[in-house]
Amino acid sequence: MSKSENLIAVEELWHIYAGNVEALKGINLNIRRSEVTAIVGQNGSGKTTLVKHFNGLLRPTRGRVLLEGAETKTYKPKEIVRKVGYVFQNPTHQLFCTSIEEEIAFGPRNLGLEQSEVKQRVEDAIMAFRLDKYRDIHPLRLSFPLRKMLAIASVYVMHPDALVLDEPTTGQDHVGIALIERTINQLKSEGRTLILVSHDMPLVAGTADRAVVMRDGTVVADAHPKELFSNDSLMKETHLMPPQVTRLSQMFTDPRIPHNVLTVDEMFSTLEKLHK
Amino acid sequence: MWAPAIKVENLTVRYPLAEKPGLNNISFDIQKGEMIGIIGPCLAGKTSLCLCLKGLIPHMVTALMEGTVQIEGIDTRQSKVPELAKKVGMVLDDPEAQLTQLTVKEEIAFGLQNLGVPRDEIEKRVAEMIDLVGLKGLEDRAPIDLSGGQQQRLSIGSVLAMYPDILVLDEPTSNLDPIGKEEVFEVLSSLKGEKHMTIVVVENDVERLAVFADRVIFLSAGEIATIGPPSKVFNEIDLLEAKGENSPQVTTLCSRIKRGRSWPWDTLPINVKEAHDRISQVYEIR
Repeated sequence: MSKSENLIAVEELWHIYAGNVEALKGINLNIRRSEVTAIVGQNGSGKTTLVKHFNGLLRPTRGRVLLEGAETKTYKPKEIVRKVGYVFQNPTHQLFCTSIEEEIAFGPRNLGLEQSEVKQRVEDAIMAFRLDKYRDIHPLRLSFPLRKMLAIASVYVMHPDALVLDEPTTGQDHVGIALIERTINQLKSEGRTLILVSHDMPLVAGTADRAVVMRDGTVVADAHPKELFSNDSLMKETHLMPPQVTRLSQMFTDPRIPHNVLTVDEMFSTLEKLHK
Repeated sequence: MWAPAIKVENLTVRYPLAEKPGLNNISFDIQKGEMIGIIGPCLAGKTSLCLCLKGLIPHMVTALMEGTVQIEGIDTRQSKVPELAKKVGMVLDDPEAQLTQLTVKEEIAFGLQNLGVPRDEIEKRVAEMIDLVGLKGLEDRAPIDLSGGQQQRLSIGSVLAMYPDILVLDEPTSNLDPIGKEEVFEVLSSLKGEKHMTIVVVENDVERLAVFADRVIFLSAGEIATIGPPSKVFNEIDLLEAKGENSPQVTTLCSRIKRGRSWPWDTLPINVKEAHDRISQVYEIR
């Protein structure tokens, strides 16, 4: 099969939870390869339900989810985990080993990799996510942000084609957020596909090629963050708030200041260009 | 003179096997009705401090505590957790760690039942809290089936239902969408204003603390690196940066501008409006 531009294709997807709760109402969406797609929107709008379909954690009630052209339900678990890695919003849901090394090694070991390869990958992941100080600690004794970092590391170590990160920066400190942002941009430069579910608008502004806005189980917008954050009525309607620096840019009436500045760097250089 | 709401003196907390203390000889007072923001990187001691304010250290958590913590004049060491529970409510950073009941309604009622509050009063407060934290229509849903943000609001509601004098929140908005965050801070702000509640909130969203907090404590490696009103703390941008903490985006931006241009003010702005005024003047734009 030739590699198409779309890694994941979602067609008329409905998901109805027990009690007739309609969480997704006919979603159509393609996730393109090697892009960072952010899924944003209010709590309860269906973001997590949607991305749980990308690796078959949830099955459609109606409609289809295609991964490289084949329905997710036709894959065996061990096939799908190599393609789409999933990091839960709550890290405690995916941690169960007795040390950090064990936790990170669990996935690659189950892929049947050589022991030396497992060791190498585990070491890389520990260093990449700065977990070396905590090697022998029980995962559930780590603080929430460190548990989250461990959860990301234990999926990263599988080297999947695509990673779904559900609220990756929750509870992280400034240094942790910067580390996650760098890792996302690095994975993107390696050609991986990333899907971020996030309320962290500065993170979306700093990494995403595309933001999909959900509301009430539907997709209400799909655009570059620049376009999205400068759409006042959509921001209001979907209860989103652009990053602080974007809001600052919107207060200027001078035509030389665009109303969709995304980062502090960009705002600084925009201002400096006015008076060289 | 009235005792301060919270008085912390020479507080040190050591965990077994840890090389360095979790908190190292910290002292500060919080007055009744103040809203205090606590910031600092991971392992700075933020959660340890929360546990001390609630009396879980030294009573429940395996840790050695030196120094004293007084809540409304009462030494936590001399008091008991159930007694302190009436004064101090705590919201954890992981809502699932504190949700135990089968429905939203029961979750909010649970603490009240344990305090022996009469039935009609419980019903009144459950309705009040459902309204306050915006969970109308979800009363009979299972907490475990709610979205992350809804769970967070539920855990706040179930603690607030007990009408504590002091509310300690450990990253209460970490799972919330931007509007949900705003709502939580609006709720906190009205509790402070109308009920004169004392609020201590660990929050990494410095932009929001700049707006809502009366004072900010910046913890680093178990010590107070700086304490004061947001305008003072966020102006210490080099200190914050060096110790792994953020300033509001507009403060960071203005500190970069200040390095290369004349900046006729003593301070850097900490909110969008101030930043707009000053940048407009520096670059002569509108």
